[in-house]
Amino acid sequence: MNIQVADRSTSASKGKVKQAIADCDIHPSPKSLEIEIYPYLSKRWRSYLESYGFIYRQGFPNGPAFPKGQPDAARRDAYPPNGGRPGSDLEFMREQHLDPNNVQLGILNPLKSGQGLQNSDFAEAYCRAVNEWQIAEWTSKESRLKASLMVPFEDAKASVAEIDHWAGNPHFVQVLLLSRTIEPLGQRRYWPIYEAACRANLPVAVHAFGYGGTPVTGGGWPSFYIEEMVGHAENTQSLLTSMVIEGVFERFPTLKVILVEAGFAWLPALKWRLDKLWHRMRDEIPHVTRPPSELIQEHVWLTTQPMEEPEPREHLLDTIEWIGWDKLLFATDYPHWDFDDPARALPLKLSKERRENFFLGNALDLYGLR
Amino acid sequence: MTIAPPPTTGAIDCDIHPSVPSIEALLPYMADHWRDTIVQRGVHNLETIAYPKNAPLTARPDWRPAKGLPAADVVTIQAQALDPFATSIAICNCLYGVQLLMSEDIAAAFANAVNQWMAAEFLDRDPRLRASIVIPTQNTEMAVAEIERWADDKRFVSVLMLVMDENPLGRRLYWPIYAAAARHGLPICVHAGSAYKHPVTSVGWPSYYTEDYAAQSPAFHNMVSSFICEGVFAKYPDLTVVLAESGFTWLPAHLWRLTKFWRGLRAEIPWVDRPPTEIARDHFRLTLQPVDAPPTVSDFERLMEHMGSDEMLLFSTDYPHHQFDGNAVLPEGLSPTLARKIMVDNPKNTYPRLQ
Repeated sequence: MNIQVADRSTSASKGKVKQAIADCDIHPSPKSLEIEIYPYLSKRWRSYLESYGFIYRQGFPNGPAFPKGQPDAARRDAYPPNGGRPGSDLEFMREQHLDPNNVQLGILNPLKSGQGLQNSDFAEAYCRAVNEWQIAEWTSKESRLKASLMVPFEDAKASVAEIDHWAGNPHFVQVLLLSRTIEPLGQRRYWPIYEAACRANLPVAVHAFGYGGTPVTGGGWPSFYIEEMVGHAENTQSLLTSMVIEGVFERFPTLKVILVEAGFAWLPALKWRLDKLWHRMRDEIPHVTRPPSELIQEHVWLTTQPMEEPEPREHLLDTIEWIGWDKLLFATDYPHWDFDDPARALPLKLSKERRENFFLGNALDLYGLR
Repeated sequence: MTIAPPPTTGAIDCDIHPSVPSIEALLPYMADHWRDTIVQRGVHNLETIAYPKNAPLTARPDWRPAKGLPAADVVTIQAQALDPFATSIAICNCLYGVQLLMSEDIAAAFANAVNQWMAAEFLDRDPRLRASIVIPTQNTEMAVAEIERWADDKRFVSVLMLVMDENPLGRRLYWPIYAAAARHGLPICVHAGSAYKHPVTSVGWPSYYTEDYAAQSPAFHNMVSSFICEGVFAKYPDLTVVLAESGFTWLPAHLWRLTKFWRGLRAEIPWVDRPPTEIARDHFRLTLQPVDAPPTVSDFERLMEHMGSDEMLLFSTDYPHHQFDGNAVLPEGLSPTLARKIMVDNPKNTYPRLQ
């Protein structure tokens, strides 16, 4: 993780072929709403947006509750030379990221997508617009990129309609939710989404961040952006706990869940805790018939960024072994400031096969793109 | 026939939980006004949903009385928590719903009554017992006043807070509490539990008690972040925070993550002038139970290497909560040297009043 602005496009790879990678977390932005999103919104919603803007479950309409570490949370060198926001120019993304980092598969995760808006009807319309936009401006122009199906997840019925609408469309490789929901994601209000995703044969990815309205800790709002950022891991642990304990994986045996941008080193300790608790508390949760660690092993994948950096770094090998080498999907978070550079992100001696699967193969297998 | 002494002989148990048997037990320790209030308004005993009375975790089967609450009198505690483990000292952390109350006045009255009750019913009756001071965190001035009231009684060895209060525990409104604690050589004991002023998870209320208990762990991660990021230890370099009933196997991964973000975002918190991993090793201690252990001894040994310190763990039984059976309180894979440190040396170094 760094914000350095040195030219990294060629630095680590001179003279050798770079490991091809799957980048399972790329954030595209529209050049402008008027040019790229408005064409997919009805007159009613364009007019609504002009009058009311984006009203989320937080107080500021124009920025995050916690000011980011960088403008737009972006790498300083990620602003396209022709103007616009970081991540808004496909040609520049190819030049800065896809080509030099040998990205063979890039998963688009739009963040300002209508998810978390208070107005459900608007959220529904906006998610549809962002889905149309991803195909028109990105995946139909660049075959290495795949889209995420945005759904207004607080309204399960509308979400199911959106999944059914796009089911079978090869541009979409996953359904995307945000992690900060109104209720824990294992609760029944969200089950129709999982059912529809299984029916469409799409994994459900949950990206850190969002607008659930609940304090980011069980003990209230912290002061600092760093606490919110670090807290995405705790938030993700809570939603995963909910999915396990509510019995989501037993109810939807083909469901695949991908936890995006929450790190991963916390997972082993969570599995140990849940297993211990499950043994003790089976009278309360008889619907959970297998140890949580088994359910997680079968149903859950995690993207790697921001990758934990222990000292000594070798401790991470224990951690990955406890998670499973086949469960991690490499991601950079381009164009955000906490980008993990594939040339530097895992400075450990690995077998060729392990390295290839970590950076590419696991994602190709999961998304069925091998 | 001679019976070998238990392997925990002489240990210092840093987390046991006497129960307030009924609200009537506290009435003798309250001023007339509050006694009348409680009787006239029919105030219930302040048990909380953090430990449902008959849930399997709340009390071990062999520690459940035929009637009433577990661990509710000194004789029971002697017979179940002290004698079988041959512990030399045990620290009582009374989990009673003081922090949940909405009125700071009634919270202060309850906190003081619980402390008086603790002194009279337990500390006066067994020289092995110590306690944490219960404070009304609803009002910082009142909390400090309660610490001052007991500061001269050396049997009170720490100050009790819940991991989920109304605000993250590092925030400055709580600093006078930390100043008072540091002044009197009292560590802050942050115990699992919630004031329930917010949902226990950052995504709202769960469905099952199992999730409530699981949620304690993320809350501890959040509060480690809060204490460090707010600069509590830069302001109070002598302060120690004991995380009780927190589990500990999560700590290394959390500190790796916090330290990575600190490298990128330290400009936001310039008073944090060294890696959070180092700060944590100097200022946080964690009680042993529950041990959320990996499946094999060799995994456990690797995890203990990740901890990077043999000074952070403090022996505890978490009596009467059901964390282990029989006397299997020490996890497999501890060397005798490390076990000795956890049982005796680390607690003595953590609590100045136990030296």
